[in-house]
Amino acid sequence: MSFVSRRLGFFALTLWVALTLNFLLPRMMPGNPALAVLGKFKGGVSPQALKALDAEFGIGGHQSLFSQYVTYLGDTATGKFGVSLTTQPGNSVGRIVLDAIPWTLGLVGITTVLAFILGTSIGIIGAWRRGGRLDSVMPPIFVIMTVIPYFWIGLVLILVFGVKLHWLPYFFSYNYTLTPGLNGAFISNVAEHAILPAFTLLITTIGTWILTMRNTMITTLAEDYVRMARAKGLSGHRIMLDYAARNAILPNLTGFAMSLGFVVGGAILIEEVFNYQGVGYLLLQAVNNDDYPLMQALFLLITVAVLVAILISDIATAVLDPRTRGTR
Amino acid sequence: MATLTGPGGTGDTGGTSQLTTAPPAGVLGGGGGITGARSARRMARAVTSNRKATVGVVLLVIFILVALFPGLIAHDNPSAQIYPRRLGPSASHLLGTTAFGQDMFAQVIYGTRPVLLIALGVGLGATIIAMLIGVAAAYLGGAWDGALNLLTDVLLVIPAFPLLIVIGSYLHGASTGVLIAVITCISWSYTARQLRAQARSLRTRDFLEAAKVRGERAFYIITVEIIPTMTSLLVAAFLTNALYAVLFSASLQFIGLGNPSDVSWGTMLYWAENNEAFQTGQALWIIVPGLCIVALGAAFALLNYAFDEIGNPALRPVRSMRGNRGQRPR
Repeated sequence: MSFVSRRLGFFALTLWVALTLNFLLPRMMPGNPALAVLGKFKGGVSPQALKALDAEFGIGGHQSLFSQYVTYLGDTATGKFGVSLTTQPGNSVGRIVLDAIPWTLGLVGITTVLAFILGTSIGIIGAWRRGGRLDSVMPPIFVIMTVIPYFWIGLVLILVFGVKLHWLPYFFSYNYTLTPGLNGAFISNVAEHAILPAFTLLITTIGTWILTMRNTMITTLAEDYVRMARAKGLSGHRIMLDYAARNAILPNLTGFAMSLGFVVGGAILIEEVFNYQGVGYLLLQAVNNDDYPLMQALFLLITVAVLVAILISDIATAVLDPRTRGTR
Repeated sequence: MATLTGPGGTGDTGGTSQLTTAPPAGVLGGGGGITGARSARRMARAVTSNRKATVGVVLLVIFILVALFPGLIAHDNPSAQIYPRRLGPSASHLLGTTAFGQDMFAQVIYGTRPVLLIALGVGLGATIIAMLIGVAAAYLGGAWDGALNLLTDVLLVIPAFPLLIVIGSYLHGASTGVLIAVITCISWSYTARQLRAQARSLRTRDFLEAAKVRGERAFYIITVEIIPTMTSLLVAAFLTNALYAVLFSASLQFIGLGNPSDVSWGTMLYWAENNEAFQTGQALWIIVPGLCIVALGAAFALLNYAFDEIGNPALRPVRSMRGNRGQRPR
C-alpha cells in the first residue's frame, strides 16, 4: 500500500513540475514570445483571446507573477485551456485536441500493440534458437534501426512506395473527396492511408521488444528450473513458452504498459511526415503557428498520458512480481 | 565493467580488519593512476579485437576529419546560391544542386561540423552532469540522495522530445550552441541513473572505507577513488548521450526549430521537405543527409554495443555453437 501511495506522490510531483514548466518557460525566454504573437494580430484579437493570453502569459501586466500562476493552475485544473490563436482561431483548445486524439489512438495505438506482440514473439524464438539464423541477423539490424531517425524512414518509404511505385497513399488520413462516415469505402480508404505510417512506426519500435525479450530470455534459459524441465523430458515447445518465456516476459509487459503512455505523443514526426492529423501533427502545427495555448495543452496531455502509463506499469510490476513488493 | 577490478581488488584482499595498516594516500593515488593507464590499454586492445568497435572507430575518425577540414574535400561555398537550380549529379556537382542553387555536396561536407559539435558537446556535457549528480547522490546518501534522485526521476519521465519541441518553439531558430545547451539540460537523467546505481554498489567497498578512515575529503574520494572505477560506464554514457544528441538535433532541425540558415544535415532535410524534393526528382537531397545521420549514429551505437559486449560476456554472439547445433539441449 505504501508503495502505491509513494508512486502517487511522485506522480503528483511530476505533474506539478510539468505544469510549472509550461507556465515558466515562456516567461523565462528572452523577449516575451507571447508579445511577439500579439504583435502579429495588430489589434485583430478577440477580447476573449486577449483575456486568455493575459492569463496564460501575463502580457496585460496588471497581475503579479504569483496570481498569474494561481489563475493558470486553476484554469488547467478545471479544464479551461483557452482558445486557439492561429491554428483554428477562436475555437476552444479542448475541442481541437479532442478531434485529433482518435486519429492518434487508432494509428499509433494499434501499431504499438502489434509491435509488442510481434517483437516479443520474435525475441522468444531468437533466444530459444540462440546462435541460429534469426538470432545472428537480429542484433545488427537492431543496431541500425536504433540510429535511423524515424521521420527519415517515413520519408524513404514515401519515396519508394508512394512517389516511385504509386502503391500507397502518403498524405493525410483519408482522401479529401470522401465524406467521413461509417461506410465501407471510407473505412477502407482510412485503412489504406494508415499502412505506410503504421509500417514506419512498426519497424522503428519493434527492435526494442525483440532485444529486451531476447536478452531476458537468455538469462532465464540458464536457470535451474529450465534445466530441470529439460531433464524431465518436457517438450521443447512447452519449456520455451511455459517455463522460459513466461518468466522472462515481465520486463516486456511493464515496458508495454509504459509504451501505451507514449502512444499519445510518441509519433510526432511520423504524423508530421505523413500529414496525419493526430496529436503530434497538431503539436507541430501549433509550434509553427506560435499557437501557444494549443501547444501548452498538447504538451500537458502528452505528459499526463506518459505519467498515467508509468503509474500503471509500476503497479503492474508490483502485482505481477512478488519480489518487488517486500523490498522497498 | 572490466575496470571494476582496480583499487577495489586490493581492498578486498586487504580486508576491513587490516584497515589500521592502510597505505598512505600517495600510494593509493598512484594505484589509481596505474589502473587508469591499464584500463586505457585494455580498451585499445578491446577496440581492435572487436569488429563492431573497429567499424565504429573508423566511421567516427572519418567524420572527425571531415568536420575538421571540410575545405579540403568540398571546394564550393555551401550557402552560396550561385548555381543553376535543381541540377542532377555531375562531375562539377557530385550530388547536384538544391532548389536554391547551392552545391549539395558542399552542404553535406560542411554540415558535418555542427552535427559533430552537438554530438560531442552534449555527450560531454550530459555525461559530466550525470556523473556529478549520480555519484554525489550515491556517495552523500540520505536526504541528498533522495533529492537528487527525485530530480533525476522527474526529468526522466517528462517526455523529452515534446519538451524539446516546446522549448524550441519559444526560442525561434536555435543555433548550434543553443541546441547543445538545451539538449544537454534535457537528456542527462537516463545516464545519471545508471551511474548512481554503479556508484551505490561501490559504496560499501573496502577501498572507500579505507579512504574514509584515512580522513580523505568527500571531493577527493569522489574524484580519485570512485570515478576512475567507472571509466567504462562513463564511456558508455558518453556514447549514448552523443547518439541521442545527433537524433534529437536532426529531428528539431527537420521540423524547422533549428536556425534555418545554418548548414547542417537536419536543416538540409528541412529545406528539402519544404521544397518537395521527392516530387521534383531531388531524392538525393533527402537520402544523403539522412544516410550521414545514420552513419554517424551507427558509429556511436556500434561503439556502445562493443563496450557492452566487452563488459558483459553473456551478450556476446555465440559463434562456436553454430557448427555443432545438434549437441545443444533442445
